[in-house]
Amino acid sequence: MESVQRPHRENLIRWAASRPEVLVLSADLTSSCEADGFRDTYPERFFSMGMAEQNMMGFAAGLAREGFFPYIHTFAVFICRRPFDQVAMSIAYPNLPVRLIGFLPGITTAGGVTHQAIDDIALMRILPNMRILECGDATDVESVLDVAQDIDGPVYVRMLRGEVPRLFDPSEPLRFNRARVLTQGAEVLVLSTGICTEEAVRATQALRTRGLDVGHLHVSTLKPFDDPTVLEAIAKAKRGVITMENHSVIGGLGSAVAELMAERGLGVRLLRIGLQDTYAHGASRQYLMREYGLDAMALVRAVASLIGQPLALTEDDLAAVRLETMRQVDKTEDL
Amino acid sequence: MTAFPRSTLAGSGRILAANGATLLLPRIPSVLRPETTLMAQAGIQPRAQSPAAHIRGVADAVRRRVLEHTLNNNGGYLSQACSSAEILATLYLSVMRLGPSQEPLDPRPFAGVPSSANPGAFTGAGYNGTKAPELDRFIFSPVHYALVLYSLLIELDRLGPDALDDFNRDGSTVELIGAEHSPGHEVTAGSLAQAISQAGGIALARRMRGETGRVWVFMSDGEFQEGQTWEAFAALAYHRLGNIGIYVDANAQQCDGPMDAVMGIEPLAERLCAFGAEVHEVDGHDPVALAAPADSAIERDRPLVVIARTDPCRGLEQLRERAPKLHYVRFKSDAEFATYRSLLDSLRAEAC
Repeated sequence: MESVQRPHRENLIRWAASRPEVLVLSADLTSSCEADGFRDTYPERFFSMGMAEQNMMGFAAGLAREGFFPYIHTFAVFICRRPFDQVAMSIAYPNLPVRLIGFLPGITTAGGVTHQAIDDIALMRILPNMRILECGDATDVESVLDVAQDIDGPVYVRMLRGEVPRLFDPSEPLRFNRARVLTQGAEVLVLSTGICTEEAVRATQALRTRGLDVGHLHVSTLKPFDDPTVLEAIAKAKRGVITMENHSVIGGLGSAVAELMAERGLGVRLLRIGLQDTYAHGASRQYLMREYGLDAMALVRAVASLIGQPLALTEDDLAAVRLETMRQVDKTEDL
Repeated sequence: MTAFPRSTLAGSGRILAANGATLLLPRIPSVLRPETTLMAQAGIQPRAQSPAAHIRGVADAVRRRVLEHTLNNNGGYLSQACSSAEILATLYLSVMRLGPSQEPLDPRPFAGVPSSANPGAFTGAGYNGTKAPELDRFIFSPVHYALVLYSLLIELDRLGPDALDDFNRDGSTVELIGAEHSPGHEVTAGSLAQAISQAGGIALARRMRGETGRVWVFMSDGEFQEGQTWEAFAALAYHRLGNIGIYVDANAQQCDGPMDAVMGIEPLAERLCAFGAEVHEVDGHDPVALAAPADSAIERDRPLVVIARTDPCRGLEQLRERAPKLHYVRFKSDAEFATYRSLLDSLRAEAC
């Protein structure tokens, strides 16, 4: 599988070239958030706001009121926790088109609890007017700005940095409120977001070779959460639904799916893979995904629990799964 | 887009003309600003009194109106009117270049919170005139002063005389704590210290667009206890925003009582100077002193701050009996109510 080095950095420069109304505001994490290329290419549209996120949110709000499109670049924790009141009152209440680009989602950083955004989706979901997008691969990263820019109002983006895998065909961009159907299946449905999708694909491919009829959707729009593709897939799942997210199981994808299932009376079991109401600590992504049960093996265990029988799959079996860049099911079936 | 357009005078003739007019304005607070210019155009004779006397008269009328309202409702932000009446009147009558109100004298009812599904949502900024490159903007930060601002808008004929009938009434925009849809308000500011940052963003946007109009912010001194205020001043100075001016009602009062019994902010002027602002400390009840620092002919590259030292009981000596709790006035007895009632009558008699 291909991986791309710093896809956001180059994409932002390219994408902003024809959009003079787009500004970038940064709080001393410019290179860390891959905005250094934008800063050097368009210095008159880049504003260093220092380590002062509360004020940065207000400036962004004022700029947005005047017709500009500020793209805040900082770590997700410094968007969602420290300046929460400013995001809520200065930006979300007036429905201003500020784009909050949050880096280091969940346990993607060894920076420990202070840098790990495990509650960001929950915090942004409860704000009226806020929309939430999450990237799971390089194609998502390269197309999420188009989707965000088309939204009338504030957008929170869970962004990936550094080396990012190419899971999805570049000709199939992220679409607003439309999940990617990776496999179809009627027994068990897996709904995954962000970096968990790569792990989930590893598991679902192994499970399908064992004859299990497992469906898998990659969700990139977490708010609004009324995608008919998701709803139809849940309605078809006979044995149950498993959500898999790089976030607390409270307030994120798992909660959104639970709310949807309960409101629509879709009475199958739901298992939520994610951080089980716990903080994490500083360590490698791979180590933490295994420790907190966010990896492919965790999904295999959840499927076994759901269908009520053990699955003879080992970590070595999963590691042997070879991932290729995928096209959406509905497209491949057309071919 | 030009990042620093003020150095380029090759703009449209409209901007150049506005620049010229600005440069020629006399230093003494003038009544020949938009409001009275319009009066002159309409053939109305300017008042015979001096501009400062006119501002004082408006400020006293604001105090009377707020007192009357506080009596009628047995509650109100009375001391805020006492401290800020001259500041706000000076801003509207002498400092700010505002166009005529674009809004009805009777405030529109609340049209719902802003959202993509609600194109009818509006702000109260239209009461301060149109948004135009050469005109100023007003950002009102301590929105618990809303009653004072509404009362001033009435005295200036930007609101109708009965507008306060809607005050704190369900479904009205004339809210108890001003919201962005309330007359004269433009941003959501009730979580204190958030307006200064938003105003900074507006000022930055205006500079990028090459607009000559300035952004004026009215703040209360209590807001200088919030960290965000200092973050904002650091950013205003760092980005050399000289098109923003901040008037502070330094009445030394806050909700719990006198500020020095809650959390100190002094020496405020020295602190703001150290943060890179141009700071003036003036008598907040003297219209000439208040207006003097706002000389629009001066090209600035840093924020202007006018610390207006004020008396929270100015014009209503009776109020001192309630000190140190002055934040919100509710009369404690029939006798006290009657005292203030007769005070209002005597103030009215004096004004005639």
